[in-house]
Formats: sequence, C-alpha cells, structure tokens
Amino acid sequence: MRVSEKDVAYVADLSNLELSEDERGRMVRDLNSILGHIDRLNELDTSKVEPMAQVSDRYGTPSPQHGGAFDYASREDILEGLRKSLPREEALANAPDSDGTFFRVPKVIER
Amino acid sequence: MDLKSLTIDAARSAVQERKTTAVALAEAFYTKIDSDDPQIGAYLTLSKDRALTKAAEMDAMAAKGEKLPPLGGVPVGIKDVMVTRGVRTTAGSKILRNYIPPYDCTAVARMEAAGAVMLGKTNCDEFAMGSSNENSAWKPVHNPRDLSRVPGGSSGGSAAAVAADMAVVTLGSDTGGSIRQPASFCGVVGLKPTYGRGSRYGLIAFASSLDHIGPFGKTVKDVATVLQTIAGRDPMDSTSADLPVPDYIAELEKPVRGLKIGVAKEYLGEGLDPEVRSAVANAVEKLSKLGCEIVEISLPHTEYAISAYYIIATAEASSNLARFDGVRYGYRASDAKTLSEMYRRTRDQGFGAEVKRRIMLGTYALSAGYYDAYYLKAQKVRALLTRDFDEAFEKVDAIVTPTSPTAAFKLGEKIDDPLAMYLADIYTVTANIAGIPGISVPCGETKEKLPIGLQILGKHFDEATVLRVASAYERATL
Repeated sequence: MRVSEKDVAYVADLSNLELSEDERGRMVRDLNSILGHIDRLNELDTSKVEPMAQVSDRYGTPSPQHGGAFDYASREDILEGLRKSLPREEALANAPDSDGTFFRVPKVIER
Repeated sequence: MDLKSLTIDAARSAVQERKTTAVALAEAFYTKIDSDDPQIGAYLTLSKDRALTKAAEMDAMAAKGEKLPPLGGVPVGIKDVMVTRGVRTTAGSKILRNYIPPYDCTAVARMEAAGAVMLGKTNCDEFAMGSSNENSAWKPVHNPRDLSRVPGGSSGGSAAAVAADMAVVTLGSDTGGSIRQPASFCGVVGLKPTYGRGSRYGLIAFASSLDHIGPFGKTVKDVATVLQTIAGRDPMDSTSADLPVPDYIAELEKPVRGLKIGVAKEYLGEGLDPEVRSAVANAVEKLSKLGCEIVEISLPHTEYAISAYYIIATAEASSNLARFDGVRYGYRASDAKTLSEMYRRTRDQGFGAEVKRRIMLGTYALSAGYYDAYYLKAQKVRALLTRDFDEAFEKVDAIVTPTSPTAAFKLGEKIDDPLAMYLADIYTVTANIAGIPGISVPCGETKEKLPIGLQILGKHFDEATVLRVASAYERATL
C-alpha cells in the first residue's frame, strides 16, 4: 500500500476537501488500485526524453521579430481587453452572498 | 416531418423552401423530447425561448427569400459543459446547480451565428469525468439502442440525443474519448478535431491541454458541416491555431484510392471483444476494397497511455477545479463559520465521488515528493506517445482502430471499479495525449444488436483526410 490514511488526509487538506470517514477509506482503496496500474510507467526509461506539457507549440508560426513558437498567441496590450469587464450586477448575479458591491464570505480571521 | 434520419441539409432546405418552418421543426423536436426523453435522460435543461426566437429569425429570412446560413433552422443540442448566456449550465454537477452564465461559449456562438436552433443542454458525466454518463449528478442517460445499457461518456446525452432523434446534431467535449466512445456506443458519428482547431473559450475546463469540443451527427457530412462552423482561430483562446480552415465538404468527395491506412497491432490486443475485432477487420477489408493500401504499423508505447493520461488529466483537473469554492458563483455550504470551513464543506457537498477521486489523484501526483515520479514522468511518456504517432504518420495517411474494446456495457456494471472504467478509454486517450484528430463511425453491430464503432485517426490538422476516409467507408456500407 503506497497511499495510507494519513496521506489521504494530507492530500484532502491540500485539495480543500474534508471527506467523511467512509470516503477516506474508499479513497485509500481506489488510489492504491489506480496508482498500482500507473506504476507501469516506471518500466520506461525516460531519462533522455523532454517532458511535453501541451501540443500547442507544434502549430505556432514564429514571427520574424521574436521567433518564438507562441508568437501567434500574443497581442499588443490594450486598455479594455478583448471583451469589456462584466457590469457589477452581472458579476454578482450568481454570487451565493453579496452586499451589492462585494462578494460576502464568512470571517477569514477569528479575533 | 420525419425526424428519423433527418440531416442538416434536409432540415435546412425544408426551412429554406418553406416546406416547414424552423419554429414547427423545433416544436416537433420538443414534442419528441417530451415523449421520449423521460426514458433516456439526454437533456438537463431545455432552452425553448432562445430556440424559438432563433427559429423565428430563420423563418423570417426564409420568408424574404434570403439564403439561410449553413445551419439555418437546424435543431441542435449542446453538452452542459459549454456555457450559455442566460441558460443554466451545470456541467452535470450539483456545485453549479443554479449557475446562469453571463457569456456564451465561442463554439455555441458560432453555431447560432450559423443559424442553429439550440434546443437545450445535454446530460453528461460531472465535469466530463466518466465513460458511462453514470457520474452525472442529476440522472443517468440510457442508451437509446438498449435502455439497460450506458450511452458511453462523458458526452452521453449528446450522443443519445442524436441517436434518439432528439436533435439533428449536437456538440460534445472530448478529453480522453468523451465524444468518440459514446458515438460508438450509440451508433452515431462523433469527431474530436485536432487540439487548437477550434476554440475552447467557454468550455468549462477539465484538463486544459487535453480538452476538445467536437460534433455528433448521424452522417459524416453533418459532422463535417459542424466542424466547418466551429473551426478557426478565436482571440479569446490563445491555444486556438491561426491556421486556414479547409472546405471540409469538398474534401469529402475526394477519392480514397491510394491512401495508406495504418493498422496497429497494439490496438488489437488482449481485452478486445471478439465481435468488435471482427467488425474492425471487416472494415479494414472494406477500405482495402475501396483502393486503400493497408499498412501494418506499430505504436509501441500504447500500453502506457492510460497511466500517463490519468496522471496528466487529474493533475490539470485538480488545478482547474480549485475555482469552485462557493464565493463567486455556484453552490455554497450554509453551515460554515470560517472561510476555510466554507471552502471545504462547499466542495465536499458540491462534488460527486468521481470528481473528488480525480482531484485527490491529481493533487497527489502534483504534491511535493511525487511530482517527478508521477507528473513529470507522465509528461515524458506523453512525448513518447506523440512520437509514436509522428513516426507512424511518416508511413501512413490515417490509422484505423476500434473506438472501444467492447460495445455498450450495462448500467452499474463498472460503477464500483474506477480502474475498470478508466480502461474503457484505452483506444481513445492517445489522440488527446498527442492532440491528433479522430472520428468514430458505426461499423456494424454485435449479435445483441449493439453498435460497434470504428475509429479513424489522422495527422495534426488533417481532419480532411479523417473525414474523407470516414465518408468513403460510410458510403460503402450504406
């Protein structure tokens, strides 16, 4: 077993999850089963392989000025952006709680 | 008007020539949905006002004798992971139970600009995480071909809506097979384009480097027409490619004689159902008769794809889903006294079991001490898997494989075994890892009359060849 109950509690904490007692037990079982399969990756020698984070560097058209693969993705800075910011009422319309100007949340710091 | 086998061209020209109206057509689809969807569960939200407004607009154009746009008056369904201004969008999750987006997904906006009538939002696995649609927080989808079976996932509602004549075409999303596998299970056509072919703006993110939007339809031509509509650069998505979009319909007509089609032994190994194997062998034979040259190829790292995929996908998901915290939109737990308690309880109560499992796996893979062993390792294997395809495409124009190792399984069959469920994606995740285009087209049935899908994969940005092979195969099997 590579993932213990303690690991699950730690990772749940990092993930902003609490998880019930039952969920934790199940998570130990499931993560071990999945990671057991994933361990096959160690059969491969990847010491000389560069990691690949995404595919979009394959279709970039480098510009003469910069020559970078992602030049197509940049643009001149403009004041308003491509789309205007949402009006405040719209931005707050889905809020679980607000005072009409700000999102309202429970206390951050106990005095 | 008969909704069965209704294609884009037939629907559009009927509206154009005033044989029916777009409003009457939309109403006919709503009647069908009212009568049949309680058994199937393909739709989560219907957008009647928006649909009828668009339909009336198309009717007004037709009445004035104006030429309708390519999807003019065509009723469509949109997977509930694409945001729609003013129309509830849940991503199949309780954490977004009341979310009314303030903007439209680019793909949806392009569909509507081309005249499409959006009937509603289709059911899916929560945050597109699943291969059976059983992870929807709202209800499962039943396969229209056999109600005791799953429609596939995660775009199960979009596939089922087309298969059950509750939309002419639909949009889905595909992160590891979520368009192609349900297309295969439901007996329809489903296409995942190249990464970057279109925009992901407004697609609720699962794994940003693997997510794609693509169409479902009854015919290859319909799927090509929708791709034409949604493809192309969007300044709102910096990963959308600034490349010309070919005329896909014209490409469909080109002959396939002389094309080199690769068959990889790694996609025909252990775990492949014998009936699926023989259907795919027959399809390869058919392509050979059409004049394609069949070439045996090897994609040697295929067996590692699922492992690499589930690390990368969950790592990206754990980061993307951090935004669901109960502050700005969506569900908020009501009983919390402090902010951090509120975050935790909101996520505990708002997310389903599979989403929590993936957040946990992804966070674990990214956490200190495990990053190199899991995440970095998976990224390196991703490079090897992509190189496999690069080398294969030096020898062939397209690759054919089964879409899924089996036909549709029973509801409940794999729900308690996440690893078994993940392995259902074995033939589809590779195209997401490499970013190449892939389509699933029907290629026969099992003895139990369940559809089987043939997957055709192509080079980056070469959807044209994928569609051309699919179309030639489709015509040969009519």
